Amino acid sequence: MTQSTASIPDPHAGPLHDDHAHAGDAAQGGHGHSHPAHVAHHFDDAEQQKDAATLGMWCFLATEVLFFGGLFLGYAIYRQRYPEAFLIGSHHLKLTHGTVNTFILLFSSLTVALSVHAAATGNRKGIVRYLIGTLILGFAFLGVKASEYYGEYQEKLIPKLLFELPDPAHSEHMKELLEHNPRVKAAYDDPVRRKGLEQQLQLFFVFYFCMTGLHASHMIIGIGVMSWLTWRAHKGHFSAEYHTPIEISGLYWHFVDIVWIFLFPMTYLLRH
Amino acid sequence: MTAINYPESAPVVEENYLNVSYDVKSWLLTLDHKRIGVLYMITVTLFFFLGGFAAIMLRLELATPKADLMQTEMYNRMFTMHGVLMVFFFLIPAIPSVLGNFLIPIMVGAKDMAFPRINLLSWYLYMTGGTIVLVSIIFGGLDTGWTFYTPYSSQFAIGNVILALVGIFINGFGSIFTGLNIIVTVHKMRAPGLTWGRLPLFVWANYATSLIMVLGTPVVAITLGLVVVERLWGVGIFDYRLGGDPILFQHLFWFYSHPAVYIMVLPAMGVISELIACFSRRRIFGYEFVAISSLAIAFVGFLVWGHHMFVSGQSIYGAMIFSFLSFFVAIPSAVKVFNWTATLYKGSIVWSTPMMYALGFIGLFTVGGLTGLFCASLGTNIHIHDTYFIIAHFHYIMVGGTIMGYLGGIHFWWPKITGRLYNETAGKVSAVIVFLGFNLTFFPQFILGYVGMPRRYHFYPEEFQLLNVMSSAGATILGFGYLMPLVYLIWSLRHGKIAGPNPWQATGLEWETSSPPPPENFLEKPVVNHEAYNYHEQEPTPN
Repeated sequence: MTQSTASIPDPHAGPLHDDHAHAGDAAQGGHGHSHPAHVAHHFDDAEQQKDAATLGMWCFLATEVLFFGGLFLGYAIYRQRYPEAFLIGSHHLKLTHGTVNTFILLFSSLTVALSVHAAATGNRKGIVRYLIGTLILGFAFLGVKASEYYGEYQEKLIPKLLFELPDPAHSEHMKELLEHNPRVKAAYDDPVRRKGLEQQLQLFFVFYFCMTGLHASHMIIGIGVMSWLTWRAHKGHFSAEYHTPIEISGLYWHFVDIVWIFLFPMTYLLRH
Repeated sequence: MTAINYPESAPVVEENYLNVSYDVKSWLLTLDHKRIGVLYMITVTLFFFLGGFAAIMLRLELATPKADLMQTEMYNRMFTMHGVLMVFFFLIPAIPSVLGNFLIPIMVGAKDMAFPRINLLSWYLYMTGGTIVLVSIIFGGLDTGWTFYTPYSSQFAIGNVILALVGIFINGFGSIFTGLNIIVTVHKMRAPGLTWGRLPLFVWANYATSLIMVLGTPVVAITLGLVVVERLWGVGIFDYRLGGDPILFQHLFWFYSHPAVYIMVLPAMGVISELIACFSRRRIFGYEFVAISSLAIAFVGFLVWGHHMFVSGQSIYGAMIFSFLSFFVAIPSAVKVFNWTATLYKGSIVWSTPMMYALGFIGLFTVGGLTGLFCASLGTNIHIHDTYFIIAHFHYIMVGGTIMGYLGGIHFWWPKITGRLYNETAGKVSAVIVFLGFNLTFFPQFILGYVGMPRRYHFYPEEFQLLNVMSSAGATILGFGYLMPLVYLIWSLRHGKIAGPNPWQATGLEWETSSPPPPENFLEKPVVNHEAYNYHEQEPTPN
C-alpha cells in the first residue's frame, strides 16, 4: 500500500477497520468483533480483566496500608514514650461508642460479603438489598463517630482550640484512673509533670483525631463507591458472569474495616 | 563498527496513534498510553526548564562570593523551587511516566496499560499538583528546602508551604497510580510466550521502580499531610511543645525519599541496559543478575534511610546499621555496571547518540555511586554532611545518571514515538556538550564540599570563588547542551527522515511494529518464543 507523504491517511480505511457490519453485532455491543460488552478493548478476555482489576485493588490496598501505617507508627512511638498521658487519653475515649462502632463495621463487612455472594449467584435484588444495608451501617458508623467528636468537644479535649487536662473533680474517668494507677497519679501530682501531661495528652488527641479522621474520610469514600454500585446494581449492570466492581469494592470496604480493627484496640482498648 | 542503515524514504504508515485524530479533546481525554506518554513528555520538559531556570539563578548568584544578586529569602526560595520542581515534577515521573507509559504495554505485547483511565487520571493528578506548586511559587514561594524539615516547615516558615505541600501530595497519587498500572500490566498482560525471563530489562527496571512508587509514596504523602495539619491546626505530631519529635518527621520523610532516589535512577538503568545491548549488538551479559539486581535495589533501598540522618542524633548503633546497609545497597548497582561493561567487551560498538548518553551514564553514575560510599561511611559523613560534596554526589547520580538515561532513552525511542529521525550529528554534539558541561559544573563541587563550603548558602569565603565560577560556567554550558535537543528534536518532527519500524535494528517488540505505532500497538497479537536481546540470531547488517 503506497501513499505519498503529503496526504493524510484516511483513519477509517486500512486493516484495522472493517467496512461491513457483522451479524450479531447488536448482541456484541454493536461493533465488529466479539467479546462481552463489559470487557474493555485492551483486554484479551474477561478473565484477564478480572485478574487485572483484582491485582490492581490489592496493590492499591497495599498503598493504603503504608498510608495509614506512617500515622499509626507515629502513634505507637509516642505511646511508648508518654505512657501516662496516653493512658489518660485512652480512658477518655468512649468505649461503648467504640465497641458499638466495631460491631457496626463488622456487620457491614458481612453485608458486603453477602452482596458479593448475591452478585455471584445473579441475585440482583439481593445485591441492592445488601449494599443498602452496608450503606445504612456505614452512615450509622459515621453518626456514632460524630456524636463521639461532639462529646470530645464538650469535654474540652480538642487540641489547641478547646483543651483542658481533665480534672478528677469533673471527670469520672480521670478520678478512677488516678485511684487505680499509681504511675499516672505520680505524674499528675507532680506540678511540673502535670504540665507535661497536659501537652502530651494534646498530642494523643491530635493522633486520635487524625487517625479517626483519616479512617472516617475513607469510610465516606467507601459509602460513595457503594452508593454508585447500588445504583448500578439496581440498573442491572451486574450478573453472575460480571460483578468485579462489587468484589473489588468489597475488598476496599474490608480493608477500611481492618484499619478500624487496628485503630480501635490501639486507641480505645490499651487502658493499663 | 556496524553502520546503521537509514532508509532514504519509506511509505507513510496507515493509521497510527498520532494521526488517528487531531482535535484537542482527543488528546486531553485520550486513553491511549502512547498519547499519555507524549503528554507527560511535553509537561515534564516544561517543569525541567522551570527547575533549570531556578538552577541558573542559583549558579549566577554563586559566581560571586558575596550575596549580591538575591536576598537571603529569595535565594532560599530559589533552591526550594529548584529541588521541588526537579525532584517531584521531573526526575520521579520522567522515565516511568514518559518512556514507561509509552513503551511498557508495547514491550509486553499488550494493547494498552491495564487501567487506561487511571493512567489519564495520573497525568491530571500530575498536572493539578504541578499547577498548584507553580501557583505557590508565583505567589511568593516557600523557603523550607525540598526536604521540608520540621519544626521550620510546620511552624515557623513564612510562605506558601501548605499550598506547595498540597500540590506535592496530589502529584504523589499520580505517581502511585502510574506504579500500580505498571505492576498490573507486567503481571497480567504479557503476550503469549513472554515469560518473566524474556522481558526486556527496561521492563524489569520499571517494575521494580513501580514497587517502590507504590509502597514508598504513601508514607511521604501522610507525612507531608501531617505537616499541613500542623500548620493549619496550630498543633501537630511534630510539635515539640506537645512532646512531639521533629526527628520523627525526618525518619518518615526519608523513609520515602531515599527509595525515591531509586525511583529516579532505576528506570534510567533500565534504559541503559537497552542502549548498551543494542549498540554493542549483544545480549546483556548476566541478564538474570541485572534483572534481579533491580529488585534488590528496590528492597534494600527501603532499609537505608537513616544515612540522611547521621548528624540528627539517632543512636550510634542505628547509624552503624544504616551505614552498613548503605554500603550493601551499592552492590546490586555495581552488579549492573559490571554487567554492562562485560556486555561492551568485544561487542560491536555503534557510536550513536543514545550510546554516547549510555556510556556517559556508566562513567558518571560510577563516580556518583563511589562518592556515595564516602557519604555512607560514618566518619567521613560527619565531615561532608550538608556540604557541596553531598550536592555533587547526588547530582552525579540524578543528572549524570538519570537525566543522561532519560535523554538517551528519548533519543533511542524518538523514531518509534514520532516516526522521525533526528539529526545524528546534532545529537552527538549535544551529548558531548552535556557531558563536558556536566563535569565542569559538578566536579568542582566535590572539592568545594570537601574543603567545607556548606550547601544552601548564597555567600562563601573568597578563596572558594574559582571553583564556584568553574561550576557556574559549567552550568551555562550544560544548559546550552539541554536546549539543543529541544531545537533539533522539534525540528525533526517536520523535517526529519521517516524512521521506519526499526532504524536501529534493535530487538524488542516495540521495534516489530510501525513507527509511530498503530493505536492498538500491533496489527496482530505478538507471540514471543525467544529470549530478550537475541542479537546473535539477527542477520549481520551490511556495512
